[in-house]
Amino acid sequence: MINIAKIKSDFPILQQKIYGKDLVYLDSGATTQKPVQVIEKIKQVYSEINSNIHRGVHLLSNKSTEEYENARKTVKEFINAKSTKEVIFTKGTTEAINLVAFSFGELFVNEADEILIAETEHHSNIVPWQMMCKRKKGKLKVIPAKENGEFDIEKFKALLNPKTKLVAVAHVSNSLGIINPIEEIIDEAHKFGAKVLIDGAQAVQHLKVNVQKLNCDFYAFSGHKIYAETGIGVLYGKEDILEKLPPYQGGGDMIKTVSFEKTEYADLPLKFEAGTANYVGAISMSEAIKYINNIGLSEIQKHETDLLNYATEKLSEIDGLKIIGKSKHKTSAISFTLKNIHHYDAGLILDKLGIAVRTGTHCAEPAMKHFGITGTIRASFAMYNTKEDVDKLIAGINKVKIMLS
Amino acid sequence: MTIQEAQNQIIEEFAMFDEWMDKYEYIIELGNNLEEFGEKNKTPSNLIQGCQSRVWLNGEMENGKIIFTADSDAIITKGIIALLVKILSNRTPEEVMNANLFFIEKIGLRENLSPTRANGLVSMIKNMKAYGLAFNSMIK
Repeated sequence: MINIAKIKSDFPILQQKIYGKDLVYLDSGATTQKPVQVIEKIKQVYSEINSNIHRGVHLLSNKSTEEYENARKTVKEFINAKSTKEVIFTKGTTEAINLVAFSFGELFVNEADEILIAETEHHSNIVPWQMMCKRKKGKLKVIPAKENGEFDIEKFKALLNPKTKLVAVAHVSNSLGIINPIEEIIDEAHKFGAKVLIDGAQAVQHLKVNVQKLNCDFYAFSGHKIYAETGIGVLYGKEDILEKLPPYQGGGDMIKTVSFEKTEYADLPLKFEAGTANYVGAISMSEAIKYINNIGLSEIQKHETDLLNYATEKLSEIDGLKIIGKSKHKTSAISFTLKNIHHYDAGLILDKLGIAVRTGTHCAEPAMKHFGITGTIRASFAMYNTKEDVDKLIAGINKVKIMLS
Repeated sequence: MTIQEAQNQIIEEFAMFDEWMDKYEYIIELGNNLEEFGEKNKTPSNLIQGCQSRVWLNGEMENGKIIFTADSDAIITKGIIALLVKILSNRTPEEVMNANLFFIEKIGLRENLSPTRANGLVSMIKNMKAYGLAFNSMIK
């Protein structure tokens, strides 16, 4: 059994008061809090081994490099990549997607080629493709969502054709928490020779991801959403594809030799890691993954599913509350609206009660448009949340209703 | 009453409330009492779009002074707008242009001032000042 009290006590930020009230943090979809183990690790790196990696001949540089490359191994195992060559450290999910949009687009996308994305994507998985399509004269096509926000596999199949070069969809939608049927999406896309990028920003902290089993071509996620530092993320890519792709940015670690006539690029994965890598971030991510692994993702998932079900049930009892994006396949995020109450007003009042939720469009404007709304209130849970947190949210919403109606 | 004095009056009013709840309740009341904006004015050019709430703002010149009307889909935003209208409406373009708005922070609503996405309040002040600038150049 998972010990939530112990887990909660690992997160210093959750011990504090907000406006004199216990903090109820329900915005982990935006970023997760950090356990003391990760915070201590960062402190230790800066106090004991900090040194630039891959360059120095001295002891500290060697230690730092070793920890950075060990972090790569930890990530490789976490997602079950075939080799560490397939694990590229980036600034985050957004940079990972931009990397693919640039490098893959540069080589494989020609005029009138098509890129498919889902209607419920967040802006980070829309804008890079728009930019790429503009540059390469490709066509960006949107897979319409079902009425309830679920991925529509039939409409997707109808859009696939030999011109489809790449399909980019989220594993879990950030605004609705709905899990997309990515296995099927990947299989169907491959039938047409299209590559598939999965945006895993909202998935890896909740679900066990096995990139080899999924057979996706690219998988992207961020450290800060899995209990690690900000400014670090991962792009997984199949080695044979990454080998072919041109580098995304130039400079620093991504080169083998440079002369003014010709530059020879480094081997994978360094080819895609220009400049000084965020090695502290990578090490913090490794520590966060170890923390997750110690508890066990399946245990975490069980707890979060319990919370999701409990919250869904309790929220459904509130008069005038409407859950947006109802589906059986969800991770622990619930988006909802309140009748005649603006999400922004609700968010401000909840904040004063010490309850942190996200309000607005969640950087997924097309998804909001799909439902004909201007935004939602989103409560997103992580392993450190409890049923008590849900109860406080419910009480908070009732207070909001009294104040605003 | 000058812009400065109007702000001081609001600060004084808010100083009477100890509890955030009372402050918000007062703001909500102000929002509900804000003069009707009129659907016809809800044009795209009057819309200040933010990620959190939408704000409509219109300014018209009457007898050398700018009359502001505004609306929002969020009631707390609307209440704060009511305060802005109270302070900046019925002023000369020059007064609006040069207004130093210090009251929002003083009444403890700093969180409404987030420069990027929060609710367009910062853009709202910017837009009001832009009206001041535009009308000022027209009369010169």
